[in-house]
Amino acid sequence: MKIGYSIFQTGISRTFLKDHPLIVNGSSSTAALVIVGAGAGAAFQSIRDRAARIVVLVELGMECLGTLTGESRGLEGSNVLGFARFRLGDGEPSNLVELVRQPQTSQTAIEASKEIFTAAGLQVALCNDFAGRIIDRLVRPYYNAALRRLDEGLASADDLDTTLKLGLGYPEGPIALLERTGLQHHFDVSQALFEAYGEPAYSPARRARVTKQRQGK
Amino acid sequence: MEIKTIGIAGCGTMGAGIAIVAARAGFRTIVYDARPEALDKARTQTQGFLAKSVAKGKLMIEQVDTIMSGLISTTKTDDLAQCDLVIEAVFEALKVKHELLGVLDKVCPAHTIFASNTSTLSITEIAAGSGRDDRVVGMHFCLPAQLMKLVEMSPGIKTSDAAFQNAWACCLALGQKPVKTKDNPGFILNYFLVPFNNDAIRLVEAGVAEPADIDRAIKAGLGYPMGPLELLDLVGLDTQLLLCEALYGMTNEPRNACPPLVKRMIAAGHLGRKTGRGFYTYKNNAMVGG
Repeated sequence: MKIGYSIFQTGISRTFLKDHPLIVNGSSSTAALVIVGAGAGAAFQSIRDRAARIVVLVELGMECLGTLTGESRGLEGSNVLGFARFRLGDGEPSNLVELVRQPQTSQTAIEASKEIFTAAGLQVALCNDFAGRIIDRLVRPYYNAALRRLDEGLASADDLDTTLKLGLGYPEGPIALLERTGLQHHFDVSQALFEAYGEPAYSPARRARVTKQRQGK
Repeated sequence: MEIKTIGIAGCGTMGAGIAIVAARAGFRTIVYDARPEALDKARTQTQGFLAKSVAKGKLMIEQVDTIMSGLISTTKTDDLAQCDLVIEAVFEALKVKHELLGVLDKVCPAHTIFASNTSTLSITEIAAGSGRDDRVVGMHFCLPAQLMKLVEMSPGIKTSDAAFQNAWACCLALGQKPVKTKDNPGFILNYFLVPFNNDAIRLVEAGVAEPADIDRAIKAGLGYPMGPLELLDLVGLDTQLLLCEALYGMTNEPRNACPPLVKRMIAAGHLGRKTGRGFYTYKNNAMVGG
């Protein structure tokens, strides 16, 4: 079943340009609504006929979906889901969309969301509404550890990168990847997760902090 | 001095793979294991691997006889007396390695370098029980050794430059790609991989997402060839527990501590692919739930 949906573009999206199939596939259909762009959260609050849709999808930044929908007693959830296409700093956006649900989110809305993203050529990973979702939660401690170990002289940057590429089949080593995509962006995400979880592994590594401070000058 | 004969002590999966690397590179290779059945099994697997290499055009058929004739199996440590380099790949426990190296120190001539294929233990600690701690180096091959080029090489505190450079040159002659790391717990690979995998297990524990969604996110989002949970199923949850115990014991870093879910899965017999169930269920080697 192909699900018709309209696009509500609210400012510039970090990951969806206007020629992306997700945007192009949008129509005048009111069956579903996809809110895209930096202002998606604010725009969501202005939508009055939300319950009439199969699904309302809201593009998220680093915030939780619950900040838009409200939460109570772990019973939150409706036809509203959040989504974020993973993009590491200034790198190319990936083909992966993290689809954010809540405890009582309707299964119909989840299935409709997967259909919409898959039809636009994207892969979907469903997750619950936690800060950092899946990828940032896993990679930020790893990136911080790599940056710290470089400082501590475990190995040279080239040897660190080479080892992780050859040993684990990663497409790029962590040091080259972070320097290419912007250490300041890593700082921002890692700092936000450090504030959310208070765990030392998320505390931004010195090299990320230095780059962030240089950007601020 | 030039290394001509290489000994491999311990003929499990890693030892057998390293033996193929050495023999294929033209070194006289003596493989020691106290268990004759392990040597027989490795020899059969080696013949199978070389036959596949011929079928794929990576090896000439006449090279197979040369390789196999240069590969000697033995159940006697005395036979390692001819080796210029012995690479140990025995069970990952300091006591086991100390016992082996203590014996080899009496058997091998003074110039013989001992290398350890340990993935987590300290080279300095292994060397301390060897009787020749200036001639012990870390030489960690990746699994499967016969296919993976990377070797993490680490000097212990007392390792001489000459011994390390000699082993490094030998690694290059083996056709491998050595990288130098400090003698730190987990070196590079396991230092990063073990806690990364633990973090993925903790996401499952915390109900953040299902294993298949976590693996899909990591593969599609970052381009990794495998997700952490399917990799854990391949490696085995029992192995992850051992790695965690070794690394956490040395570092006390919370991310290295074994997540409780791993212990529950081991108790339930869900060790991964080898038992048909881990984070996924496997039927006839096909993954269910991926």
